[in-house]
Amino acid sequence: MTAGFELPPYARAMGMLVLNRDHHGAPAVAMDFAEKSEGRPGYLHGGAIGGLLEMAGFAALHADLAQRGIEARFKPINISIEYLRNGLPERVFARGEVLRAGRRIANVRIEAWQGDSTAPIASCWMNFQLSPVKVA
Amino acid sequence: MSEDKTQGWRVDGPFDPEAAGKVLGSLGHGGFLGMRYGGHGTDWFEAELPWREELVGAGGNGVLASGPIISLFDNCTAMAIWTRRQRFVPHVTLDLRIDYVRAAVPGRSVIARAECYQIRGALAFVRGLAHDGDTSDPVAHAAGIFMATGDTA
Repeated sequence: MTAGFELPPYARAMGMLVLNRDHHGAPAVAMDFAEKSEGRPGYLHGGAIGGLLEMAGFAALHADLAQRGIEARFKPINISIEYLRNGLPERVFARGEVLRAGRRIANVRIEAWQGDSTAPIASCWMNFQLSPVKVA
Repeated sequence: MSEDKTQGWRVDGPFDPEAAGKVLGSLGHGGFLGMRYGGHGTDWFEAELPWREELVGAGGNGVLASGPIISLFDNCTAMAIWTRRQRFVPHVTLDLRIDYVRAAVPGRSVIARAECYQIRGALAFVRGLAHDGDTSDPVAHAAGIFMATGDTA
């Protein structure tokens, strides 16, 4: 199971796209600014940023499991987001880091940024529940 | 930090949660998600997120993505604050935590009710519950803090 992470309908509708992974390991997910991602006029909606963070979390965990040859389903248990800076009307990126993925639980950290990757606009942690894929 | 949702309604005078809720579901991200005003009290605000295929998440089984549920909580909690303050004060989300208790049933609307349970100067403390028809069987819980960037006096 080494295929890339496939974005679900929600992420495609929001205009998200998975970028090729670089030396950091996990793939980044990008989203361009559009009216459908706008909250306060001229700024990204906090929920749209949250949705992007989550998608980057899914992508990071998918890549981590695939790299280790593990086939598992996973679903989010919870997410806690800190909003650090205003989301400007421009492309936003997010990338996750799997801190630990065991048999049943995975803990992932994700950050989102715009022009400067050292100045995140939002940061979050997510916990996932894992379950093995049943082989027929 | 994000959100003060000033668009389209009077920002002076008493806050009208119902009028604001209708604007919220017609513009920007709230419009894309199709949020609908559901009701309010002195310190709470409710909105509905109708299910549609375009909002399905990564499970591949018709379950609503969790992203739109974050947005629903972000909006409802913000509205609950202005409802409690009885006026619009620009603010930003400091943090928001969501616990996904179970997957929403495919095809069903998700309804979120958020409450502003405490205001201390610029800080407003909020919590919320989302369900898909039965409040005693929630799909998610939320807790968060917003900080006013405008005059709260």
